[in-house]
Amino acid sequence: MKRLTRMILFYTAIIAIWVIVAKMRLWPPYMFPPPWGVWESLKTGFQDHSFWIAISTTMKRMLIGYSLSVALGMILGLGLSSNKFLQETLGGLVVSLQSLPSICWVPLAVLWFGLTEKAILFVVLMGSLLSVTIAMEDGRKQMPKIYGMAGRNLGASGFKLFWHVLLPASLPFIVSGLKQGWAFAWRSLIQAEMIFLSLGLGQLLMMGRDLNDMSQVIAVMILIIVLGYLVDGLVFRTAERKLQERWGLSPS
Amino acid sequence: MTPNLQPAVSPDHRSALRNSRWKAGSGPALVSLRQSDPTAPPKVSLDGISLSYKTTNGKPLLALDNIDLSVRAGEFLCIVGPSGCGKSTLLHLIAGLHKQTSGRVLIDNKAVDGPGTDRILIFQELGLFPWLTVGQNVEFGMKMKGMSKAERQEKIRYYLKLVHLAQFQDSYIHQLSGGMRQRVALARALATEPDVLLMDEPFAALDAQTRDLLHDELERIWAETGRTIIFVTHNVREAVRLGDRVALITFRPGRVKTEFPIDLPRPRHLEDVDVARAARNILDELREEINKSLEVEYSHEATH
Repeated sequence: MKRLTRMILFYTAIIAIWVIVAKMRLWPPYMFPPPWGVWESLKTGFQDHSFWIAISTTMKRMLIGYSLSVALGMILGLGLSSNKFLQETLGGLVVSLQSLPSICWVPLAVLWFGLTEKAILFVVLMGSLLSVTIAMEDGRKQMPKIYGMAGRNLGASGFKLFWHVLLPASLPFIVSGLKQGWAFAWRSLIQAEMIFLSLGLGQLLMMGRDLNDMSQVIAVMILIIVLGYLVDGLVFRTAERKLQERWGLSPS
Repeated sequence: MTPNLQPAVSPDHRSALRNSRWKAGSGPALVSLRQSDPTAPPKVSLDGISLSYKTTNGKPLLALDNIDLSVRAGEFLCIVGPSGCGKSTLLHLIAGLHKQTSGRVLIDNKAVDGPGTDRILIFQELGLFPWLTVGQNVEFGMKMKGMSKAERQEKIRYYLKLVHLAQFQDSYIHQLSGGMRQRVALARALATEPDVLLMDEPFAALDAQTRDLLHDELERIWAETGRTIIFVTHNVREAVRLGDRVALITFRPGRVKTEFPIDLPRPRHLEDVDVARAARNILDELREEINKSLEVEYSHEATH
């Protein structure tokens, strides 16, 4: 409860300062909009459905791109953690590619796929694939060996061993990597949408700029923050907490 | 459907057992426990098992040297030896989780290669799956075997009852005490209905009361299910308490030094005079090996 009060106080203070600065009219409203201006933009955005369309488009791309990168990253990470040759060759490449900001894949994606949905998904995939791969590889290495042995001992092998033992056993070690992968995918997607200008939240943001509508720019920024926070806070934290409870790792 | 628990003793043998002596008041009830059949065919045979590997400084180390050992069907064999003698490794070899350098592991006179559900190892660290409930842990091996769901549910209930954990079916592993976890591991191993149960110092980390209780339970379950058990321990008393036979393994390289038949009536107890006496004989021989292992440790200390 105390925490909630402090949070409410904190955000009220921020909005109060915002109101005061806006009232002082240091800058014209189209440069520094007041909170009620942003609130209006949010309201009209949801009322004329443009925000809903953007959110659903963006989230759909996220889900597809992220699922792809998790599936591929798991296969890659598994290969890297179980094959010494791959580790020495591909492993180094993966780490070095990670230093490449995902926005750098945009020119390549445009040339390969044109200004299409595929190109956006490609950028999202490249943005999060590597961190998922590395997380998976690390997870497999950190996972206690006893689980694999126990699984084989009880008759599991091949895909069954992976699906029923190695994957769940390494989950607590890869969940933070999966979370990081999501954050990277989210960033890459918004960036890509700002460049490709084909629906989505990123495009709304650029539209606000083109129309000189600062209220809309800030409204969309708030949307992006809230959505990112919701997924991180609700989906991933809940998953982490559930895992810790099951494993008996929770600090309580 | 009830699990397939074939009687390991013939009816006439059983009546002979009923007349055999037991100590009055030594158990919760006057039950005559099955003794293993000395004429049973060999279940597990180790034929010249050797294992060597490279140590971290590159020198080859002979861990196990030409081990010949035969375990009869339904026998309870205990293996003792100083720590580091390779007795745990031997179990891993029998389980097929590691590969020996030379020699063969035979089950029913057939050489085996790799793991198989005919012999299940209970690890020292247990290796219970924390992401599964107690019931799902017990179910795991049966699921891998492709048993039908109804049959699995039936057997989960049966084996959890056998280890007195029926009401904990939906608990997670971390919610259980050490002794209860041991029993889950036992139930999980038994549920795949292996012929051979391999146990690697399963009770080493438990307090004395819990261990005594589990000794009773293991002896009872062994008698009821007729499994062949190979039980590794560093505790000689425990070995005599449980085993039909105790094999002593030497320190580096590991060899079978002596095999001690234990012809004491069951159920036995750790504090029985006969158990203590038998243990003392074995301990005298074991002590030489322990001294050898200590010498190696101390010489390491001197050179480092």
